[in-house]
Amino acid sequence: MITSSATGCHACPADRSDRLVQLGVKPDQSDFLVALAGNPNTGKSTVFNALTGLRQHTGNWPGKTVARAEGGFHHAGGSYRVIDLPGTYSLQAGSADEEVARDFVLFGQPDVTVIVVDATRLERNLNLAIQILEITDRVVVCLNLIDEARRHGIGIDAEVLSKELGVPVVPTVARRRRGVTDLLEAIHAVATGEIKSTPFRIEDYPEDVEAAIDALLPRITAVYPGLPNARWVALRLLNGDERVGEAVRSGEIGDLGDAHPAVSGPGLVEHSSEGIAASEILDRATQLRWNLSPGFHDSLTESIYAAAQRIVDRCRIRGIRRAKFDVDRVLDRLLTSRWTGFPLMLLILAVVFWLTITGANYPSRLLAALLLDTVHPALKDLAPGIGIPWWLDGLLIDGVYRATAWVVSVMLPPMAIFFPLFTLLEDFGYLPRVAFNLDSLFRKAGAHGKQALTMCMGFGCNAAGVVSARVIDSPRERLIAIITNNFSLCNGRWPTQILVATIFVGALAPAHFAGLISAAAVVSVAVLGVAAMLFASWLLSRTVLRGEATTFSLELPPYRPPRILQTLYTSVIDRTLIVLWRAIVFAAPAGAVIWLVSNINLGGSSVAEHLISWLDPLGLLLGLNGVILLAYVVAIPANEIVIPTVLMLTVLTLNLGGVGGGAGVMFELESADTGELLRAGGWTLLTAINLMLFSLLHNPCSTTLYTILRETRSVKWTAVSAALPLAMGLVVCFLVAQFWRLAA
Amino acid sequence: MVDPGLALLVFAVVAAVLSLLFWPKWGLVARFARLARMTERVRIEDALKHLYGGEYAEKPCSIDSVAGALEISRARSANLVAHLEALQLIRSNGVGLPLTDTGRSYALRLLRTHRLWERYLADRTNVSPADWHDEAEKAEHTMKPEETEALAARMGQPLYDPHGDPIPTAAGDMPPREGVALTALKPGQNGAIVHLEDEPREVFQQIVDIGLAPLMRLRLEESTPEVVRFTADGRECELEPVAATNVTVVPLPRAELGAGPFDHLGDLTPGESGTVVQISPLCQGLQRRRLLDLGFVPGTSVDAELRGASGDPIGYRVRGALIALRREQAEWIYVQRGNRQVAH
Repeated sequence: MITSSATGCHACPADRSDRLVQLGVKPDQSDFLVALAGNPNTGKSTVFNALTGLRQHTGNWPGKTVARAEGGFHHAGGSYRVIDLPGTYSLQAGSADEEVARDFVLFGQPDVTVIVVDATRLERNLNLAIQILEITDRVVVCLNLIDEARRHGIGIDAEVLSKELGVPVVPTVARRRRGVTDLLEAIHAVATGEIKSTPFRIEDYPEDVEAAIDALLPRITAVYPGLPNARWVALRLLNGDERVGEAVRSGEIGDLGDAHPAVSGPGLVEHSSEGIAASEILDRATQLRWNLSPGFHDSLTESIYAAAQRIVDRCRIRGIRRAKFDVDRVLDRLLTSRWTGFPLMLLILAVVFWLTITGANYPSRLLAALLLDTVHPALKDLAPGIGIPWWLDGLLIDGVYRATAWVVSVMLPPMAIFFPLFTLLEDFGYLPRVAFNLDSLFRKAGAHGKQALTMCMGFGCNAAGVVSARVIDSPRERLIAIITNNFSLCNGRWPTQILVATIFVGALAPAHFAGLISAAAVVSVAVLGVAAMLFASWLLSRTVLRGEATTFSLELPPYRPPRILQTLYTSVIDRTLIVLWRAIVFAAPAGAVIWLVSNINLGGSSVAEHLISWLDPLGLLLGLNGVILLAYVVAIPANEIVIPTVLMLTVLTLNLGGVGGGAGVMFELESADTGELLRAGGWTLLTAINLMLFSLLHNPCSTTLYTILRETRSVKWTAVSAALPLAMGLVVCFLVAQFWRLAA
Repeated sequence: MVDPGLALLVFAVVAAVLSLLFWPKWGLVARFARLARMTERVRIEDALKHLYGGEYAEKPCSIDSVAGALEISRARSANLVAHLEALQLIRSNGVGLPLTDTGRSYALRLLRTHRLWERYLADRTNVSPADWHDEAEKAEHTMKPEETEALAARMGQPLYDPHGDPIPTAAGDMPPREGVALTALKPGQNGAIVHLEDEPREVFQQIVDIGLAPLMRLRLEESTPEVVRFTADGRECELEPVAATNVTVVPLPRAELGAGPFDHLGDLTPGESGTVVQISPLCQGLQRRRLLDLGFVPGTSVDAELRGASGDPIGYRVRGALIALRREQAEWIYVQRGNRQVAH
């Protein structure tokens, strides 16, 4: 190692900040920029958390980090900014994630790129590491999961690996924060130039490739003498890489070198002369490409793997015994076997749901008693006293406050139980096995096995389900999972189902069977939802998504003991609270709208009544009624408030005095009273059944729609996600109503 | 209340009308769109491509061959040829219908778009191989030159289409054709597929059905007027001679052929192992690169380890990681069956 006082990219801060803006990163005042790269499921997010102290959501899942996370830390007097890049297996296969990672490592000019590699799967991890080393020499390799490797009988000599790769290698167990201080030291040393690396580069590609590189290299070095990665640039040009070609043409590539003697003085003149020479490079590359064999890309990967294998052979410590008892194998035998796999899966899911439903009951009631029955009247008493006019009081307290409080009390407790439980299973590594077991079912529908997980997550909350589709790295299958997630009967809709089933379906059976029958009805609706999801996936994959690219792969990571406290903390923070916040943001205005339509009068009756009588014919045709349709229109933001809105609107149209809290005030009653009220509003068994169907099959709530828009960044797919279930719901309700009436 | 029977009737009628209109491929909208595409310009372009194809394969073209290729009457074909001549795209000289330079570069531009689009469909989409040609036929008439170049840039300036044909460069250069028809090989001789003719569709479908792809290696076993028998990447195949002439191969010296026949990874049952020989040329684009990046490169030993509760996919241990592959993916990976090796 040579010690020098290299200043690195601080020589060109202005250039870099421009490029960072292009890459979507805001420049700031940090001294050093650190990029974190690695294969999926190597503990990259855990390393990120260990470095920055942030609690980024981690899971025992390949492909967790899709959105780029950023954080920072201070060490030895310097401030560092860390960018967590998407986990990828390679930088040259051309998927969107890989392009993001590649562009950042190349054009973002991080002062240090930390490559997190999994000691158990070192060869495959080196495939990526070697590709990064070809681009940049400012690298620290973080050899993670060494405890797990040891358990599997694998020992890696970090010093030998460091010599082979020519960059510092730090062994860590990031989950237990072991080795993190050493990692900080190494990052510091590379960032400040204390350690000068001599990165490993492959020099024995197949003959035709080497010949082409040799022919191209002199031209590149003639135009860009300071280029530290000229061989890599040559290879990329031979690969027809447009982004690198563009950078060569424009001269941008020259600015990326640590030192670039060819570029000095005012840039303009230089660039134009460079431009001429640069286009010659590209022309030559184009000619040379015809001499390469068509299997050129394959041979590059083969060369990298051959090198990786040689390196691993040299640094492997022999003679470590595997743990005698192979936990993974035993668990896998149980959890994925033909006989025990499905029963265990159903059992685990049933336990999760049971814990959620029973566990949420009490806190939900407590919250409702507090927010709706105590705080709300208190606010109402307070308002006139401090001179708030009745309409503002109604709008804010009866409308906005009550809707928001309702959503919080119904939504928060189940989510705060469901998500941590789910996250524990995720951290443990069970969820990929569920995907593995169920893949054949989803494959037949043109979808990915991991959609089983997004579906389960959707039972908690569809917005969270949509976000969780990030674990699906194949673009087509991910879109299918996002669009069809709404068919999972979410938390906000269970209460509606249960209430309506109890009042109308359970009443059909003798009293002691009533509970069982209504539960069966609700479960049937949920199962129908799964069927509808598979059908919709099948339909989509054969029509609008027929041509979308697919790259199926499913890695089954080893089981890892879940970290309970951290899981609780992160899942409450970044699943529950974020989703809850989004729901509140959408519910508040909905409360205002509900209050306004019920209280603004036009020609003697309220806007709501006008709308209801206008919607009634359509509602009746569908076996529903105008009240339900209006409730679904104004309650788009949150399914939780549909029933309270329905009750309020029913009272409004029936002109009942003494029931509920007045126009625009949502309320709930004991189920017997609710039944009486609804029957007075003209409800029949058909209305109830169709409401249950429509509650399953209608457009996603606006929180989910907004999430879909953010995840897909496409108005078109958001529109499809809204229109498809709505159309299905309308058709199904219509058909059920007509056949019901024919039979009656 | 609307009478339910009436409501159902109206619904049925509406549903029937909508599907009549919008059903993919057979619906009126799709038919109309197809008709609307069949403009004079499209005919001119198709004729140019046909003529260029003749020139490239050194087969003379005539008004009859144009009529046959475009499925139009002789009279219309004669009109079309006259039109081409008036546009100075061809200059007939009594022997055939030779293209002018303008005509040739027009044809090459069409061919570039066509083959690029096929490459795009093969690499970046899920469209089935049999549909590539038809989709590309549409794209070549609608894409503007800028769009073609943007696509080429995004695709990394590919050199070959998925049928093994070179894609003309933007400047209109294209290397001459190599290879001979499969039927020209002698029994026992080896060859590598360089081109699969994708017209007519029915014949191409036969070729697709038996799973041939460019770069595959094959050995001719027997060639009779009734049937052509050969081994392709270790599998026994048969084609009618008419289909076999649509398979172009370059003869290979014997040493180049890997020691087949091979098993597919999908043939291994859990507990068995094998060594990867190669990934089938049928697997292209992103899917192929993903498999390579996961470590399925030639020489890698793979253990079939875990069968899922429903039997598919199967978990394979490759370079220390447990990767689940679906059956169709495992079929793409050729392996040499081997004894279980001690992992690591």
